[in-house]
Amino acid sequence: MALDNTPKRVFKVVGTRPPRPDGIDKVTGRALYGADVSAPGMLTAHILRSPHAHAEIVSIDTSAAEALSGVKAVVTAKDFAPQDDDFLMDVLDNCMARDKVLYDGHAVVAVAATNSAIAKAALKLIKVTYKALPHVTDVDAAMTLDAPVVQEGRSLETVPEGMSQNVTSHCEFGHGDLDAGFQKADVVVERSFTTAATHQGYIEPHACLASMTADGKADLWCCTQGQYNVRDLCSAALGMEGSQLRVTASEIGGGFGGKTTVFIEPVALALSRKAGRPVKIVMSRDEVFRATGPTVSSSIDVKIGMTRDGRITAGEAHLRYSGGAFPCGTVDMGAQAAFAAYDLQAVRTLGYNALTNRPKEAAYRAPGAPQAIYAVESVVDELCQQLGLDPLEVRLKNAARKGTRSSYGPTFEDIGLVATLEAAKAHPHYSAPLAEGQGRGLSAGFWFNFGGNTCVTLNVNTDGTVGVTEGNPDIGGSRAAISQMAAEELGIPYDKIRTIIADTSALGHNDVTDGSRVTFSVGLATIKAAQDAIAKMCSRAAQIWGIDEEAVVWKDGAAEPAGPNAGKFPPMSLAEIAAVSFNTGGPIAGHHEFNADGAGVSFGVHLVDVEVDKETGATKVLRYTVFQDAGKAVHPSYVEGQMQGGAVQGIGWALNEEYIYGEDGRLQNPGFLDYRVPVASDLPPIETVILEIPNPGHPYGVRGVGETPIVPPLAALSNAVSRAIGTRMSSLPMSPPRILKALSKG
Amino acid sequence: MKSIHVSTTVNGDAVEFICAPDESLLDVLRNRLGLTGAKEGCGTGDCGACSVTLNGRLVCSCLVLGAEAEGADVGTIEGLANGDALHQLQQSFIDHAALQCGICTPGILVAAKALLEKNPDPTDTEVRYWLAGNLCRCTGYDKIIHAVQDAAQKMRSA
Ligand code: FES
Ligand code: FES
Repeated sequence: MALDNTPKRVFKVVGTRPPRPDGIDKVTGRALYGADVSAPGMLTAHILRSPHAHAEIVSIDTSAAEALSGVKAVVTAKDFAPQDDDFLMDVLDNCMARDKVLYDGHAVVAVAATNSAIAKAALKLIKVTYKALPHVTDVDAAMTLDAPVVQEGRSLETVPEGMSQNVTSHCEFGHGDLDAGFQKADVVVERSFTTAATHQGYIEPHACLASMTADGKADLWCCTQGQYNVRDLCSAALGMEGSQLRVTASEIGGGFGGKTTVFIEPVALALSRKAGRPVKIVMSRDEVFRATGPTVSSSIDVKIGMTRDGRITAGEAHLRYSGGAFPCGTVDMGAQAAFAAYDLQAVRTLGYNALTNRPKEAAYRAPGAPQAIYAVESVVDELCQQLGLDPLEVRLKNAARKGTRSSYGPTFEDIGLVATLEAAKAHPHYSAPLAEGQGRGLSAGFWFNFGGNTCVTLNVNTDGTVGVTEGNPDIGGSRAAISQMAAEELGIPYDKIRTIIADTSALGHNDVTDGSRVTFSVGLATIKAAQDAIAKMCSRAAQIWGIDEEAVVWKDGAAEPAGPNAGKFPPMSLAEIAAVSFNTGGPIAGHHEFNADGAGVSFGVHLVDVEVDKETGATKVLRYTVFQDAGKAVHPSYVEGQMQGGAVQGIGWALNEEYIYGEDGRLQNPGFLDYRVPVASDLPPIETVILEIPNPGHPYGVRGVGETPIVPPLAALSNAVSRAIGTRMSSLPMSPPRILKALSKG
Repeated sequence: MKSIHVSTTVNGDAVEFICAPDESLLDVLRNRLGLTGAKEGCGTGDCGACSVTLNGRLVCSCLVLGAEAEGADVGTIEGLANGDALHQLQQSFIDHAALQCGICTPGILVAAKALLEKNPDPTDTEVRYWLAGNLCRCTGYDKIIHAVQDAAQKMRSA
């Protein structure tokens, strides 16, 4: 059968809003998450963590703990295989400190016992002797030459000579003549910004259940964004062969990037190996805050020049990020994303990563971009204010579009930025009147989106139903979207399809659920797997009819002769072909594996109105609208959900959320009471406008949508607050004390 | 510490268990009774993922002792549907895509049911304040509010 690869724009199933396949399990409490399973003979483990921000481990005495009745195994860093690869070694060192503890909360010893109370009692019996070392938790302080060195010898060759050893990497992007650009400007604004580290804040703490048997085979159940990644990291840590470790991803209670690595999984496996029994570890919320997540903290300088009529002549940004106590490449993505929304003649971004005594950074939704774009979009807004220009018109005037050489190198294909800005301009929100004391803020946002390694199997059952086996944990409804795409391509109803997420031994490798890649890449692999199955079904029909398989086409869920010359046979449906498959060559399955390319970048624009209480410094969000290009929204409800959820995480980042460290280098707010994420009563409705500018890299035009929505809120809120109070804000979060301070400075 | 024997009712069924004096009702439900629908998001009363009702009152089960369930009537997410028939709130949550990861959903459904029993016709603001103790990190709450209001309206006209 000849394949039709022209992009599809008329859909039957894609673009509708069917109920998600895991819906009933999740509303009845039946869905099983990381902490919800147990095993016969299971032990419970707890982890002893460093009370110091930075200290040498002089000695560890676990003898009293081991002697406690009910304790079955104790492990430290010594129980893991050393790694040649720096990246792996860092992941492992973060799971269990080797010679030094590098931050408050760094794991030191783990104990498995017959119950949780005994394991906790055993932790109290462990004697760790520390030699405290000076610490540093601020990124700018860490870059000074007299700062305490967090880890020695970790600087890459890219780092200019003469910098602190804490600086681990340096990057530079851009093009054009900056000096000439700034000279052409009528106004140049230069400002410095800081953003606090924030946590992904998933409601489900990390949890896993590991079971290793005496023959070295192991099973691991855990909440993760990528079971294959967990398998690779854990098998290396334990010195096992990958095939001997089967990892099953539980339902996942949120991740946002924070569950793309391992923390407790290798520890549970090592304890199980030692004890010869299954071991469960569930983190407390305090542990989640102190030892997992967070995003980078940042300090950024931005300089932008603009002509009187609103043309940007040059842009420059210096970004200093800290990904905590380990080298971190997130600043590269910030430096690439900073000016992505603009078509510029002269642009340069420089990035540095510095080590601090904070937990190891984990990805958080569009990692690195929100901070950089916050700083750039704040300066653009200030220029608009100074020149008396409309901030939307200025963004339209300078917007990147098809053919623009992006600030980070590549030339853009079809992108939706202009359409998204136009949609914002036409929306009633933009022209609605504001009352005294209120402010309106606007920001554009951008994310690259990724494709990546993907593998999908599609099984045609003899009763005419279809099973799709994919390998990416479903965080926000992706099983529904994958089933929709399979149904669309096969031409059968949505409810004839069941999509499941395979364990690591049931399907080939899949990259983690990140980079907004699942609906794009897994969707594309599903479409190709469906086409593979269709080709086989056409060939079976051809065989039954005794005609050439090239003379059979697939239409509306059935094989039919390509035309009158091919022969005269009534169409054979998928169900009819499947029913006789055992007599025509055996079971029918489609398969596709690839390293997906062509993810297609995504732009969004957010509009927000706020009111600031000048007595308390509290900001009330009055109205919020998100505009975003989704390429093609497969399940629009879940696309809206991504836009709304990302916006609200960004609102929390802008207004309240931050890691607060004391003088002693310890985290002062490791709980939801003091680390305040937005609650329902803080928020207005979040309106959404989906634009659909097809991504040329996907047959249905799909683009990833999950990450972009966290990018614009930081600047949108800051611009709104700055306009409302008449003072430019330059530090996040804009918590009430910070706003009061800004107001008192006037 | 000596274990305590407790007789109680969970979702209408008589239940007996023994627990440690300092064991939370949440741990009892999850670890002793196999009712893992209530989740532990924090263990300190800050997230609402463990919401259940105790004698009709909405509580954080992580802040209630198992021993306090003696003679009481406990309601959990597992008791919300009537056999195969979903509660209207459950149906509305599916229809309105009011969950993404779903970890907050059991707690929010239990809390929303308690609200509608007290106030069958709440304003959006009342729903938002009632649910302010239930964190959801995925949805931004918008679709949750719509789902609760949709259920409320259907329950009023039923
Ligand atoms: S677990 Fe009870 S309130 Fe969070
Ligand atoms: S749906 Fe994930 S926390 Fe609410």
